[in-house]
Amino acid sequence: MNTRVPDPQGAFGPEEATRMTAPHPRTRPKGWGGVGAMATACVLALVFALVLTCTGSQGRSPAKTTGESVSHAERAQADEECTAPEKQTLAPSAADGPTIAAIKSRRGEKRKLIVGVDQNSYRWGYRDPNSGESGRLEGFDIDLVHRIAEDILGDRDAVQFKAIPTDQRIPAIQAGRVDMVVRTMTINCARIRDVAFSAPYFKTGQQVLAPKSSPVTGYDASLADREICTAAGSTAYSTLEADRKTGRLPESADIGTTVPNQLDCLVRLQLGEVDAVVTDGALAASQAAQDPTVELKGAAFTTEYYGVAMKKDADDLVRRVNRILVDFRGDTAGGWESSYASWLSATLGRDSAASKPPAPQYLRTS
Amino acid sequence: MTHTPHSPAPPGHAAPAPPAAPPRHRPAPTAASTPGAPPPPAVRRTAFAEGVDRLRRAATTEPGRLRVIGAVLAALVLAFGAVTAWQMTDRAAAADDVLTGSQPLTSDAADIYRSLADANTAASSGFLAGGQETAASRDRYEKDIRTAAGKLVNAAANSEPGSSSAETIAELNRLLPEYKGLVERARTYNRQGYPVGGAYLRYANEKMQKEMLPAAEELYTTESRRLRSDYADATPYPWAAIALGVLALAALGWAQRRTYLHTHRVFNHGLVAATVTAAVVLLWLTAGHTLARSGLHDSYDHGVRSLDVLHDARIASLKARGNENLTLVARGAETTKVGEETFDAYDHDFGRDMDTLAKGLARAERLADDDRGTKPVSSAVSDMTEWKKRHAAAREQDENGNYQQALDMVIGAEGATGECFDSVDRNLAAALAHEETEFRQAAGDGRDALTGLPLGAAACAVLGAAGAVLGIGRRLSEYR
Repeated sequence: MNTRVPDPQGAFGPEEATRMTAPHPRTRPKGWGGVGAMATACVLALVFALVLTCTGSQGRSPAKTTGESVSHAERAQADEECTAPEKQTLAPSAADGPTIAAIKSRRGEKRKLIVGVDQNSYRWGYRDPNSGESGRLEGFDIDLVHRIAEDILGDRDAVQFKAIPTDQRIPAIQAGRVDMVVRTMTINCARIRDVAFSAPYFKTGQQVLAPKSSPVTGYDASLADREICTAAGSTAYSTLEADRKTGRLPESADIGTTVPNQLDCLVRLQLGEVDAVVTDGALAASQAAQDPTVELKGAAFTTEYYGVAMKKDADDLVRRVNRILVDFRGDTAGGWESSYASWLSATLGRDSAASKPPAPQYLRTS
Repeated sequence: MTHTPHSPAPPGHAAPAPPAAPPRHRPAPTAASTPGAPPPPAVRRTAFAEGVDRLRRAATTEPGRLRVIGAVLAALVLAFGAVTAWQMTDRAAAADDVLTGSQPLTSDAADIYRSLADANTAASSGFLAGGQETAASRDRYEKDIRTAAGKLVNAAANSEPGSSSAETIAELNRLLPEYKGLVERARTYNRQGYPVGGAYLRYANEKMQKEMLPAAEELYTTESRRLRSDYADATPYPWAAIALGVLALAALGWAQRRTYLHTHRVFNHGLVAATVTAAVVLLWLTAGHTLARSGLHDSYDHGVRSLDVLHDARIASLKARGNENLTLVARGAETTKVGEETFDAYDHDFGRDMDTLAKGLARAERLADDDRGTKPVSSAVSDMTEWKKRHAAAREQDENGNYQQALDMVIGAEGATGECFDSVDRNLAAALAHEETEFRQAAGDGRDALTGLPLGAAACAVLGAAGAVLGIGRRLSEYR
């Protein structure tokens, strides 16, 4: 007959699956066997549920992303010491170590610094669709990356950019997929357990972004019953989560909408799917720069510093980057000030004082 | 009329016997009927019992027997004609549905899926190319959207209200403008140089991948199920009609033999005419249906199966192209782990889609039964080989951090993988068109073999029944 099952390799698999499974109810267990099987299934389900709850509650603690390499003692010590995470970095040095040697030993086309960046943060790391070269990334972070590549490899273009979503920054570093992440990444206590940070290179703070016509006035009671969008794995999200517990943020604020990238929040805001966005002031300003109908509401409600993130044990690289940062901040031409002027003064204001990082302190010794 | 004057008929039972009763006597030309008064209705008697009784009494005389025989013969021939007409009307309608209903709709559903996926690929290529989208990629996108919209209207017109297909179509109709709106916003922002355009495109892509393509796939599944059920309705042998035909012929033969034994006359014209018409209908029925069956089987084996495989291959090539683009759009953002090794998620999917494409093309090559069907498939195979080669080269560039070069090798003007994809797509479109023609021809032949059969069978049966009645009537008249 021609009513045969059609093509087993079809792209439309699901139909196949239902066809294959539907006519086989014969093997169902009968009598006591069936009861026994059901009992077993129930027990298994219960065990599974219990296991899930346990791992679930563990997952909520901020220690979740910590690698196994960090011992409990070390972690406890880190928690104790962690009052100013931006100071927990190594003193600058230009000496090559194993990490830098490994980067320099890359040959031919592969002789490049592999850096995780963002391609969606306007004026930080983004592709200008109208620049002649369609694949080129540019922005404040990208300037810094070129500077680091020039210092380490002698060629400012010896960089392989990888676009990393917010919540993949730490896994990408830990798995060695990138040498470093330069992607508006806030230095905080939870993260310094997993990765090593350079000295801060930028100062910002969380801020609320909402339509100009919105009744939201800032990070306050006006956020009650509002839907707030954040990037998954961002400091904005963990701050909101913590503040809702302490009552700083109204309990009724809905923080359920998380997206891969802070810019996706602007899309949701424009489509009316959320009422407000919380992200770093520096990024919120670049969102506002893309849409004149939204604005920053209220002042920044946290103080945060961006740092370059590297592998936990890449001490030589951390010291080297810190050295580069010293020069970068000090240089008048092609340094911090000129990058600020060319990328950020339009969105953050001509005066860079509020964004300047404090004089670095290098409290980490090992 | 010819009815016996019943004196005290059982209340309300003068009406004809229920359908289960054996044939009542037909309106014979003579008025003569069973004599003798009915027995006093001591107990309530059913019409059936009464009918049997009358029949038994009638059967005691030769004219009575003849009447019964005539009635049975006429009824058999009529029943044969009626069942033939009924069964063949069903099959002809199903065959027509295959040709003009479910197959075109299945193709439409596949086209909807294809144009949606293609539009999405065109849009992401446009994004990769930057703000200055090429006219070609914009035209392609617009054409795909138009095709999808047009086919959706067609599918909506042909779906039953309230069916699951109708719901899926309504959903797609709702999502299509939404998707288009997102892409338009992405374009506008892209032109202004804002990265939020890329964010809109990602959102549009998500809508396409997570909602629209699954819905289109479901539509295709439903329609192809309907196609298979139409085939199942059109092809089974009409056993009831055939059995009745054989029975009618046997009964006619027996009646003629009986007449011959009683009268030594070889031919009774009426009965011969009835036999001939019944035989003609039976022959027509078996021959017509066998022809139709073979045409439909042919259209399935050489049309539908090839079309299935080709549609799937084309969709695999589209998915591969989409993933190839997304590999560059995402720039290593998404990874997947297979065993110990970590791969780029989109590039991994690309490899899987290419495997599906290779398998599909190999099957299509095996199924193609003539030169014109094989040629485009073979060209597609060589295009695919070239595509894989160029893709590997582009990947190497990207792995080495030469993003711009990789980009040029994927969406560039010359020597890019885009050329290979376009060529695969063109060749598969040609192969699809060819198989579609083959299908149409075979299924059309099958359907046409049934043309006139139901009506002809009915007309012949009426003639045959009349012949039987006249033939028996002629014998009856000899008893007057």
